[in-house]
Amino acid sequence: MAVNFVRPKIPKFTPDPWAIQFDQHGNLKHLLTIEGISPQWITRILDTAEGFVSVTDREVKKVPLLRGRTVVNLCFESSTRTRTTFELAAKRLSADVLNINLATSATKKGESLLDTLRNIQAMQADMFVVRHEQSGAPHFIAQHVEPHVSVINAGDGWHAHPTQALLDAFTVRRHKGDFAPLRIAIVGDVLHSRVARSQIHVFNSLNVGELRVIAPRTLIPQDIEHMGVRVFHDMRAGLRDVDVIIMLRLQRERMDAGLLPSEEEFYRLYGLTEEKLAWAKPDAIVMHPGPANRGVEIESRVADGPQSVILEQVSNGIGVRMAAMSLCMGRKGGES
Amino acid sequence: MNNPEQHPIPPQQALEKLHQAIALDQQRGWLNAPVMIGIHTGGVWVAQWLHQQMALSEPLGVLDISFYRDDFDRAGLHPTVRPSHLPCSIEGRDVILVDDVLFTGRTVRAALNEIFDYGRPHKVGLAVLYQRDGRELPICARWSGQDLNLAPGAHIKLSGPEPLGVELKNPNQ
Repeated sequence: MAVNFVRPKIPKFTPDPWAIQFDQHGNLKHLLTIEGISPQWITRILDTAEGFVSVTDREVKKVPLLRGRTVVNLCFESSTRTRTTFELAAKRLSADVLNINLATSATKKGESLLDTLRNIQAMQADMFVVRHEQSGAPHFIAQHVEPHVSVINAGDGWHAHPTQALLDAFTVRRHKGDFAPLRIAIVGDVLHSRVARSQIHVFNSLNVGELRVIAPRTLIPQDIEHMGVRVFHDMRAGLRDVDVIIMLRLQRERMDAGLLPSEEEFYRLYGLTEEKLAWAKPDAIVMHPGPANRGVEIESRVADGPQSVILEQVSNGIGVRMAAMSLCMGRKGGES
Repeated sequence: MNNPEQHPIPPQQALEKLHQAIALDQQRGWLNAPVMIGIHTGGVWVAQWLHQQMALSEPLGVLDISFYRDDFDRAGLHPTVRPSHLPCSIEGRDVILVDDVLFTGRTVRAALNEIFDYGRPHKVGLAVLYQRDGRELPICARWSGQDLNLAPGAHIKLSGPEPLGVELKNPNQ
């Protein structure tokens, strides 16, 4: 039976998303997407994070950099790991932190995004960390905040999750050093993954030797090759000689019916088991942005195994977010 | 400052004077099994030389005070931040804190704050290669290689690490 299958397209997000990320002096002001952030800036964020990670080895795990500033976590979409690491990062910078869960509050009562924003801004916030199910929401907020307020995107729709991609790059650099000789494979539900899109931008910007995506045809966006990746549909071929394997969460809540025959079949073909892991380089590291669906995209023995750096990613996330926050808020010749 | 001068002596000469001053205090029993900490970048160069001369048992500690600066609001984060690393506990220890030039005292203030986030030392002595005028805080070096009284607007800058050099920058000349 011949089936004429058309791969789904990524929703279009057209406005120039990067110019707004820098102030008129060329300082980082908002972190909304990796696009438009130069390799030099990415490296600076990673180097700064190295300094912050060393802080967590100390007796007092806090520095006074953002004392007196207020960071507001705006969660329009539920999140545990990202919200808590942002909260911890802000607290370790000595900022005051407010967590506002908007998935269950005013917006559901009909308040517009801008009204919500203005109300919170009136509480003297200095930074918004925004997580939203709509692509482009943090960008919209950045366009409407007062000049002294910075915005960090903590994940928007299918679009971007820049701090996750930066912490992944940081983790890879700590284990493998130079990016140029590396082969990195991103495996699984690339279609619904904002993490994958930001990872592709970050690793290409850092000149990774070869970037691969491995997934069934239905879970890869059309024309993804244009983003500078090699596409594989077969795990054995895709994992050959790979130094870093990044597993993605199968996003069941975003999955329209019909993209996969069953989770069991997905696991059989693409789930990272010890047997499939052996196809990569013997010293390959295994990463996952979390939360992992054990037995769907990754076997427990691999997730908890010696090649897994999944928990390290979480710890590194705090240092990387401290770096992003302090670089956005410490602007030379600030505009405020 | 005793008999402050207007021109810096060569770094090697200042290093030797600084070393002598610390050694004298050590002989008097002021320092007990000290831990040495250098402040990035010039302070680390000076500390490396002193550490070797004094043959201290504990490895050298290094501090990057970027996260403790008081000008973050105006100047932002320093473009190159390196991790601080104290290789041993400083709790209850005698600490020799080393920097290249003592000027306003703000760097030392930041370094002291950072040191106390690692623990509570028994005492901290400040060693600087050049101690110049212009203090904005009540901070004074216990040991210095040379005391200087510079012309208004003048600065001294150390270059290194091998060999150590010093440059007097005087905008009025």
